Amino acid sequence: MFDSCDSTKDVQQSLWRSTPLNLPEVSEPDVVRHYTNLSQMNFGVDTGFYPLGSCTMKYNPKINEEIVPQFNGIHPLQPAQTVQGVQAVYDFMDKALAEITGMKRFTFLPCAGAHGELTGLMLMKEYHLRRGDTARTKVIVPDSAHGTNPASAAVCGFDIVVVKSRPDGLVDVEDLKPLLGPDIAGIMMTNPNTLGLFERDIKEIASLVHGCGGLLYYDGANMNPLLGVVRPGDMGFDIMHLNLHKTFSTPHGGGGPGSGPVGVAERLVPIVDVPKTSGFHGNFGVILRACAYILTIGRENLKMAGPLATLAANYIKESLKDSYKLPIPTVCKHEFVFDGLADGGDVTTLDVAKRLLDYGFHAPTIYFPLLFHQALMIEPTETESKETLDAFIDVMHLIAREASENPELLHTAPHNTPIGRPDETAAARQPILKYSFD
Amino acid sequence: MSTFAYFPHTEEDIKVMLERVGLSSLGELYSDVPPEFIHKGDYDLPSAMTEEEVRRWFENLAAKDTRLVVFAGAGAYDHYTPSVIPYITSRSEFITAYTPYQCEISQGTLRYIFEWQTMICSLTGLDVANASMYDGPTAAAEAMRMCVACTRKRNTVVASARLLPAVLSVLETYSRYSGINLVVTDDVQEAVAEGTLDLAGVIVPSINRFGIVESHLGLADLVHQMGGLLVEYCDPSALAVVKTPAEWGADIAVGDGQSLGIPLCYGGPYVGFMACREQWMRKLPGRIVGQTADAAGRRAFVLTLQAREQHIRREKATSNICSNESLMALWCTVYLSIMGPEGMRKLNAICYERSHYLKEQLLATGKFEDPFEGRTFLKEFALKPLCNAEKLQQALLDAGFFGALPTPEGYVTFCVTERRTPEEIDALVKVIKEAAL
Amino acid sequence: MSRIIEGLLYSESHEWVKVEDGLAIIGVSDFAQSEMGDITYVDLPAEGDEVTAGEEFGALESVKASSELYSPVSGTVEAVNEELESAPEKVNEDAYAAWLIKVRMSDASELDALLDAAAYEQVAK
Repeated sequence: MFDSCDSTKDVQQSLWRSTPLNLPEVSEPDVVRHYTNLSQMNFGVDTGFYPLGSCTMKYNPKINEEIVPQFNGIHPLQPAQTVQGVQAVYDFMDKALAEITGMKRFTFLPCAGAHGELTGLMLMKEYHLRRGDTARTKVIVPDSAHGTNPASAAVCGFDIVVVKSRPDGLVDVEDLKPLLGPDIAGIMMTNPNTLGLFERDIKEIASLVHGCGGLLYYDGANMNPLLGVVRPGDMGFDIMHLNLHKTFSTPHGGGGPGSGPVGVAERLVPIVDVPKTSGFHGNFGVILRACAYILTIGRENLKMAGPLATLAANYIKESLKDSYKLPIPTVCKHEFVFDGLADGGDVTTLDVAKRLLDYGFHAPTIYFPLLFHQALMIEPTETESKETLDAFIDVMHLIAREASENPELLHTAPHNTPIGRPDETAAARQPILKYSFD
Repeated sequence: MSTFAYFPHTEEDIKVMLERVGLSSLGELYSDVPPEFIHKGDYDLPSAMTEEEVRRWFENLAAKDTRLVVFAGAGAYDHYTPSVIPYITSRSEFITAYTPYQCEISQGTLRYIFEWQTMICSLTGLDVANASMYDGPTAAAEAMRMCVACTRKRNTVVASARLLPAVLSVLETYSRYSGINLVVTDDVQEAVAEGTLDLAGVIVPSINRFGIVESHLGLADLVHQMGGLLVEYCDPSALAVVKTPAEWGADIAVGDGQSLGIPLCYGGPYVGFMACREQWMRKLPGRIVGQTADAAGRRAFVLTLQAREQHIRREKATSNICSNESLMALWCTVYLSIMGPEGMRKLNAICYERSHYLKEQLLATGKFEDPFEGRTFLKEFALKPLCNAEKLQQALLDAGFFGALPTPEGYVTFCVTERRTPEEIDALVKVIKEAAL
Repeated sequence: MSRIIEGLLYSESHEWVKVEDGLAIIGVSDFAQSEMGDITYVDLPAEGDEVTAGEEFGALESVKASSELYSPVSGTVEAVNEELESAPEKVNEDAYAAWLIKVRMSDASELDALLDAAAYEQVAK
């Protein structure tokens, strides 16, 4: 029909598609079977323990999922008078997150953590620009930072200056001092940092950075251990994001959707809504889930979330430190880093990670942070029972024994998964990125 | 057990765990935190609710929203969601998984992303697609940045003023802070032909904010002559029938997957898509899944070309994107599998027929003029009301309809999807006919 | 133990240079390729681009890493080894045969700042 509504039959001038549309032509039962089978090749939080460092894989409550469909039919451009319920959710979340973090106001436009970082950096730039302070072109990022920090700063048009970590894993204040000046827009900090260590010099860092006219950005990816205990706003941070899909229990969905609301301190409140970083109102469906979580956990249980997550991390760390190299032995927060096996021979961190899959556990984050060559970054959460942690600890010990007794078993792991280790080099050299219909 | 359902620890567990750690209280876990930063007293939050109380809390709020029959588009379309989709996407193996870093236990996620990439390539006609952006407007902003990256040292991007307002405002935001020179104009051809020396790219809509299917005949050649890339912003549902970005000669296609059966949900989560010609593959932002094999020769899917990404390239990455909208990509992939090519054609035919019917009926009321007579549209169209546009929208709201979205030019837009029945269309027309406007 | 070839000049960032007919032929050392592991892509400039001594002109990519390439000399890129586009493994196979770019030098004295094989041996450890 679409060709016939054309006044011209000339393909070049036609407004209609002439290329055939290749899409599956399958029955509904076959579609259901296909995706059900695919799902069975996947591992999720509901399948097993997911000690993935910096990812905060906590339990995703089921009641949260049931809330969303009640709001499915609402068009994003509906006038305020017709969306009073929706507005009440945003208002509640704004107040609740401000209370939990010590910030003043939140914008909910960012759809993920890195998107929050970018929005927050835009606010940083806007703040300086509105004061006529146009020389602040640089952002300081610690060498232990998540890769998104320098990447977000670059997208926002900032130059990146790296501040080093000391041997104890904390930001080197002496290295920071000479970097500060009238060209510094601010610093991005993750506290606790990616080694799971609380940046105890934060007060001095805040006063130094503020002293040079810069702002402090808080990367909320590691907020979980502070949940209910410490508020970034009280530590002197001016801008921060939260990952609702980490700290506030919404599911990761195999890589999204997330939500990365950005909170600001008093002096940035007038500009908080200035950067329009997504099309409508952010990921409302995710915000709803996080709202349900806050109502469920309430003020009583909130205070226990951070401490229980922190206890779990320290429990694993202390239980495994004889089998795995622990470069920084102090009390950690929600996560910590091993630098490979204590006595691993040629067994690498990758081998350990792959062997864990055989035993029904997800692997930790590996080869990050870059400060250690064989990094294994482990983060349990407050929703894992002691029994689960013990089972994980037992398997990690077992793998350490296997490494010395039968290293080949680890080099070739995993053995019990739908596929074995794929040839990633071939995938990158000769990319095949879609099905061929030839 | 503890008293809170999500915390599995007993008092005894906590005691044993603390002993292992060599501490005597949970508070000591924070001994490295300066005491003035430890929050004292209760947080000002509601007391913990039971599941049923939570449910009621939201039911009460949802009751405060007005249920409206949607005759509006502007970037969010009320298409039907086949029941298979929420059924599949709520499987916990999909929804509770992380990004598929451990490919051996993530073949489900990796495979559906590969299918998504394939389907986005089919719809757009282009060679390569990434594994999702946040939404359409941010995908457009990433395309703007990609034009600058692909053309190096060039920094001007020309965008059509007929792109959706949501797209333009995100483009303006990203350009303001990243230092890209964005030129928004009614006449793209003219702006490009004038020959801005450092043209990196041009962004035009496939279907513009008045619902008109635009012709881009000759534009790609012109843009390429001037050394830039052509980006087309598309409605993927409409791409089943309208000329594809590849057919117009575009280098990059972006848009929002929402029209592929994702509920309106007050604006999100949706999913942005991006596809390009193979030559620009390594400049794509975000995740990409590739096919390879394991040692036993079994087909395997992996995240690939990761050296573009922030976790490896840091400030030199093609983008800062990490988490994306993977599950919503699954949503669209299941949708397109259910619909098939014929289903997509039929869907567009129904939208076409019903929207044209509504437009005729509205013109017949004598209360509108047609500012775009003879122009082709698919499901959305703009009319010039001969009455107060705000009153018109309010009259519709009062009768339970959401439509007649005002534009800055003094027009109003309507959108008719396959969900709008002939009875609903007639009822809407009746309201307008009878209203004293 | 990586191979170092006599008669080439080297940079501290592990590029090698061979001068032929006034053209600087540039590649990466055997040490650099072995540190990278399997190279999956070589990102190179286009013919006619300007490069500056000590500044980035491209990158080597592996599955899990990326390493910037720094030009040992300044000048104009006269040729790019297009074979590497589809066969990046050539750099792994023989880093001294798989040249990356040829540069028409604007200041040949920049060569004086580079290392000879013996001096580079101290760097590539």
